[in-house]
Amino acid sequence: MLPATVHAQLAALLPREALLTATEDTRPYECDGLTLFRETPAAVVLPDTEQQVVAILKLCHAARVPVVARGAGTGLSGGAMPHRDGVVLSLAKFRRIVAIDPLARTAVVQPGVRNLAISEAAAAHGLYYAPDPSSQIACTIGGNVAENAGGVHCLKYGLTVHNVRRVRAVTIDGEIVEFGGDALDAPGYDLLALITGSEGLLAVITEITVKLTPTPQLAQVALAAFPTVESAGAAVGAVIAEGIIPGGLEMMDQAATRAVEQFVHADYPLDAAAILLVEADGTPEEVAAEMAEVRRVLAASGATEIRVSRDEAQRLLFWSGRKAAFPAAGRISPDYYCIDGTIPRKALPRVLRQIEAWSAEYGLRVANVFHAGDGNLHPLILFDANRPGEADKTIAFGDRILELCIEVGGTVTGEHGVGVEKLRGTCAQFGTAEIERFLGVKKAFDPHGLLNPGKAVPTLARCAEFGRMHVHRGELAHPELPRF
Amino acid sequence: MHEAVIQGWQARVREAAAAKTPLAIRGGGTKAFYGEAEQGEPFDTRAYAGIVDYEPTELVVTARAGTLLADVERTLREAGQMLAFEPPHFAPGGTLGGTIATGLSGPRRPYAGAVRDHVLGVKVVDGRGELLTFGGRVMKNVAGFDVARLMTGALGTLGIVAEASLKCVPQPRAQATRVFELSADEGIRRANEWGGKPLPLSATCQCDGRLYVRLSGAAPAVEAAAAKFGGAEVPDGEALWTAVRDHAHPFFAAARDGAPLWRLSVRSTAPHTDLGAEQLIEWGGALRWLVAPRAEASKLRAWAAAHGGHATLFAARDRSPGVFHPLPPALAGLHARLKAEFDPHGILNPGRMAAGGA
Repeated sequence: MLPATVHAQLAALLPREALLTATEDTRPYECDGLTLFRETPAAVVLPDTEQQVVAILKLCHAARVPVVARGAGTGLSGGAMPHRDGVVLSLAKFRRIVAIDPLARTAVVQPGVRNLAISEAAAAHGLYYAPDPSSQIACTIGGNVAENAGGVHCLKYGLTVHNVRRVRAVTIDGEIVEFGGDALDAPGYDLLALITGSEGLLAVITEITVKLTPTPQLAQVALAAFPTVESAGAAVGAVIAEGIIPGGLEMMDQAATRAVEQFVHADYPLDAAAILLVEADGTPEEVAAEMAEVRRVLAASGATEIRVSRDEAQRLLFWSGRKAAFPAAGRISPDYYCIDGTIPRKALPRVLRQIEAWSAEYGLRVANVFHAGDGNLHPLILFDANRPGEADKTIAFGDRILELCIEVGGTVTGEHGVGVEKLRGTCAQFGTAEIERFLGVKKAFDPHGLLNPGKAVPTLARCAEFGRMHVHRGELAHPELPRF
Repeated sequence: MHEAVIQGWQARVREAAAAKTPLAIRGGGTKAFYGEAEQGEPFDTRAYAGIVDYEPTELVVTARAGTLLADVERTLREAGQMLAFEPPHFAPGGTLGGTIATGLSGPRRPYAGAVRDHVLGVKVVDGRGELLTFGGRVMKNVAGFDVARLMTGALGTLGIVAEASLKCVPQPRAQATRVFELSADEGIRRANEWGGKPLPLSATCQCDGRLYVRLSGAAPAVEAAAAKFGGAEVPDGEALWTAVRDHAHPFFAAARDGAPLWRLSVRSTAPHTDLGAEQLIEWGGALRWLVAPRAEASKLRAWAAAHGGHATLFAARDRSPGVFHPLPPALAGLHARLKAEFDPHGILNPGRMAAGGA
């Protein structure tokens, strides 16, 4: 419930349709793309000007009401899950592409602009916005910045943090701040990097300047089949050792190719234990030279079949299966749970073997898709939430995969964020001192902890609770903390 | 042995914190001229040196802060890789720690990214003497706030960089440098137009009525782009880019003799304006160097701000107008609070950034 005074103030500030409090109106906001975690907010506000955002934050700050900023709600870690006593601040009405400067190769956009809409608007100038999360038709740029979203082209073109120049935001006390600028750097600390991926904990974004990239003249993709996951993994290393940074470098295991093939008919080789998709882009000369080398390296690495796309239609067909992996998992199984860890590539065979063993142990099927170029793993655990205990088993299985990611030198989240989902993993990945500094950074921006509370950075008490349940490699995490 | 060095660092920081004695953190001292003047007892990082881990197929190198930048680069070169941000050396003896702390990038920056774009993780000793690890050794990692990048370019005011993991990239197979006789206005326009084309551009430099352009990539692509661009070939292109990177180019002669050197980082399309002195323009128009008296500070800062950027008094005997562009009050407040969080006793390079008390 919202305090009556806050409700009255919001009602005075916003048009009637921009303030939702009835449960049937707020229910659509109860979760994001991670539907395992739900909460109904006290209210949803849909401002359409920065002044309204300032006013909303000021009055929530004064009344100590939590605020959860929200874009399209496509996030996969529960980062946009509402707070029961808080306000969801939807940026859905901030949909304007403010300016495109083709000569400077930048676009100024409001946070509610869809990722793909930026590329569509820039296409006339031969430019595009490079980061392409698989939800790019729906997800918004504000959410991309909040999560530091990735995509299939990150190895060559970078994550969101590499493609954003300037972020304009409002802090919880209603101050307007700008991080970065139109230049390639800014004075002082790199607060632009800090705000990127901060999951709505530091400020509410109202405008973004993104870098645009020249559209490659040509792109071609090679599809290669491998008899074992190990040989496919080794081929990835071999491509990179050859000095090639492909535009995209993806792996799918047999469970994944079989799952997608029934829906997209990409003609994937279904008898292969794993396939690789290797994309070369650039000038026609570059693509020809790179593709020749890629073919040679893949063949030398034991590929049983190599197909190179003849034209754009076939290139898109080869990619269609990869892009459809998540929906396909949703169609062959009542539910699926997407894990998002990053590992050093050399650890891939070990991690995949272990996942296979656990899959048998838990009796849960797994399809693996993998941003192989940058080591970002997405095992999709297939389960049925209606079967008693299966959701819990799935979460336990996921936690073990993430712990293994840490153990081999990786991280519990490559691109989906911590949200509410990875708080436990975050406790396992960081020590007490690091978490204290994170909490200190949060406090420097938001002393009362009102912006997206309970997300991204666990409290030490939370870690202690987890630690009590979880003994990692025989060591108790955070041993210096008092136990309950 | 290495562990003992870090423990020594931690003990020293704790003592300094207890006594409130400032520490002036230093590697090779090759970039000591940059930033506000050092204050406090010298704290030399060079004993903590060596490459910890480097596997070319992982595209990641991890090294201790005291490792010579030249050693890191040589190791990478032998494996056919490099640091994409082309860090300036200015003089021999610079360390990896100093490269991270100053956050300075060279000619390739607009096309390949800056130091911060390649920092994957750091270990730092903060102002409480705690050894902290942020980020990691993998390409994609969004767990926790991005403190590794926050430390990059913070001039040691938030923590003493002890170790860093950096993304490496393959060396280009071929490079070529072309030169064009063009006015500064024309040069800026061309550099921006070419930057918007899918061409293997990797550096630009406008100086003395000429625009120099470097192309890097697969040999056929570089040849095709060179043919498309026209202009004349510069035979020893790499020497030019190294000279620009390290300020050994004749343009910087007066600055080397102590004249105030200004670094104007602006929107790449900002017009060429007569600011009272010749300019050397890099980064496709986004970086402009000039030698100008300190008294010009407010004029230069106003011009840079009007063009979306900021002006730094990059090197000068007398840094009295303030090295860095002043921050708006809200940002200055955030800087002061972040400084207080990582260095509550104000002992790490105090005043070196002179921003919000940092």
